[in-house]
Amino acid sequence: MAYLVKKIGKSLRFLAVLIGASLALTGVARAELVIEITRGATKPVPIAIVPFRWTGEEALPADIAAVVRSDLTGSGRFSALQQSDMLEKPSRGVDIDFDNWRMVAVDYVLVGELAPAGDEFSIRFELFDVYGGRRVVADQLLMGRRDLREGGHRVADAVFEAITGIKGVFATRIAYISVAGAPPTQSYRLIVADADGNNEFVLLESAQPIMSPAWSPDGRQLAYVSFELGRAAVYVQTLRTGTRRVVSDKPGVNNAPSWSPDGRELALTRSDADGNLDIYVIPVIGSGETRLTTRRSIDTEPTWSLDGKTIYFTSDRGGAPQVYQVPVSGGDVSRVTFEGRYNARPRIAADGRTMAVVHDDRGRFRVAVQDIENGSLQVLSDGSLDESPSFAPNGAQLIYATRRGGRGVLETVSVDGAISGRVKSVGNDVREPVWSPY
Amino acid sequence: MGSEMKTKMHKLSLLIIVGCLAACGGQQRTTPIDTGSDIVMPDENDSGANASANADSGVRSVGLEDDASRQDTADTMIIYFEYDRSEVSPQYADILAGHARRMAQNPGLRLRLAGHADERGSREYNIGLGERRAQAVRRVLLISGASAGQISTVSYGEEQPASLGSSESDYQKNRRVELSWR
Repeated sequence: MAYLVKKIGKSLRFLAVLIGASLALTGVARAELVIEITRGATKPVPIAIVPFRWTGEEALPADIAAVVRSDLTGSGRFSALQQSDMLEKPSRGVDIDFDNWRMVAVDYVLVGELAPAGDEFSIRFELFDVYGGRRVVADQLLMGRRDLREGGHRVADAVFEAITGIKGVFATRIAYISVAGAPPTQSYRLIVADADGNNEFVLLESAQPIMSPAWSPDGRQLAYVSFELGRAAVYVQTLRTGTRRVVSDKPGVNNAPSWSPDGRELALTRSDADGNLDIYVIPVIGSGETRLTTRRSIDTEPTWSLDGKTIYFTSDRGGAPQVYQVPVSGGDVSRVTFEGRYNARPRIAADGRTMAVVHDDRGRFRVAVQDIENGSLQVLSDGSLDESPSFAPNGAQLIYATRRGGRGVLETVSVDGAISGRVKSVGNDVREPVWSPY
Repeated sequence: MGSEMKTKMHKLSLLIIVGCLAACGGQQRTTPIDTGSDIVMPDENDSGANASANADSGVRSVGLEDDASRQDTADTMIIYFEYDRSEVSPQYADILAGHARRMAQNPGLRLRLAGHADERGSREYNIGLGERRAQAVRRVLLISGASAGQISTVSYGEEQPASLGSSESDYQKNRRVELSWR
């Protein structure tokens, strides 16, 4: 194994030059995922996103306004004015005639400019409240040529936060599993893409299952389960270098890794000689383990509270799967979910008060959120095989997996259930989406 | 903000390049585990569909009503389960006792039990269900004379379905423990 990883590392370094070059040439990666809003806000905010003025002499290197428009309308909370309906196309706030925008009934207008700045590019933007004639937010970013799309996401984040009061997540990423082929010869890929589906890249490909990707809190590493050795083992892979190592490969089950908020420990599931699944906490680097559960039940799917003091997990100790909690320091286990006969795979939102679960809603598996304090539960999704909910780092929406038309697809839903979207994928079964931290 | 962002962006682009590399260089291949084993379906109605579903693997499937399979039960290599259950149905008692006798007589024989679940419910919980099913089969074999060192278990949960699709008949085929001699 060590030899194999070493060998891969070597060939990676060799390939780095080649692929770096080809990426530099093409500059664009194919998108497997495309996000499409299926139910938007009842009153989306009307906004005009004026094409950014390009001051360079070469051809336009990136359409920043198009990225911003796609992000904002893709959120389901905005409607963008058509370019053909714009009565003027200013690039600076001082040039805006607000009457021209009041006339086309937009609440906000975004103007900006893209300019060469040495080897890089400067993106300057200003957002105005049309009715107040007031500048809401303005900033300037310096970006490399290949990061201009990223720059567009940053602009969209700033606009989104200024208007909705919610931090934008357009510059974040999604990790997920993509499966091609039919049994018994399926091929599994662990993929990371921008939140809008672009810049997809494959971290690992295997003929054996890959599952349970989990971002480290700093977004630099992914833990996941791979069956490439014919049994389950937990790996941690550094995205920047592609290097990875096994962190748990005990006989039996090594599954469901979850990072502690400080990134130093992993909670995971292991089995004993009798096949009894329990929750363990291990250091990411170094050795040792703490066993947190001992019952003869399926105890799995651990996740940490924001303060790192409590582990929430799934257990069927009461006869059917429900969510329980246990102090990380050890101690009594107490039940957390009570509504319905099946609540599993908890995930905690950034506010620390909302928990997402897979909930059996009269025979249909759906994503639900529960208020941890008062226990009230709200079903958010409307499929029958919805699973693997993952909160966006702003806590305002969730991405989850489901099956539509016999295929695994990803969908999004806002935590109030008002806005939902479908992440269209090309061909393959996609599953287990995990939203990156900021 | 500008220069900090710049550094971060450079790091991100590097990350994307190297990520691609991991994709190209990190390919792992293992051989399929079930090739050559025989299947006996508990539900005769499913045998036709299953035969075609497994055509590529070289796995042959036959119905219980098939006379040849009745004489050949010692070779049954798949045990099926009820939804959310891990009890081994009494219908498999003779078959598993046969395997266990064979193992007791041949201490060098090694058997691998791969537990599987249908797609309903969460994936990691289904790993638990698959493991529990594999352990249930293991216990029956141990009681019948096999020794612990001869048996290894693995749970794939819902990750390796025998049959794609979301019908009850697909689910029946997927809730299983596959036995393979090593």
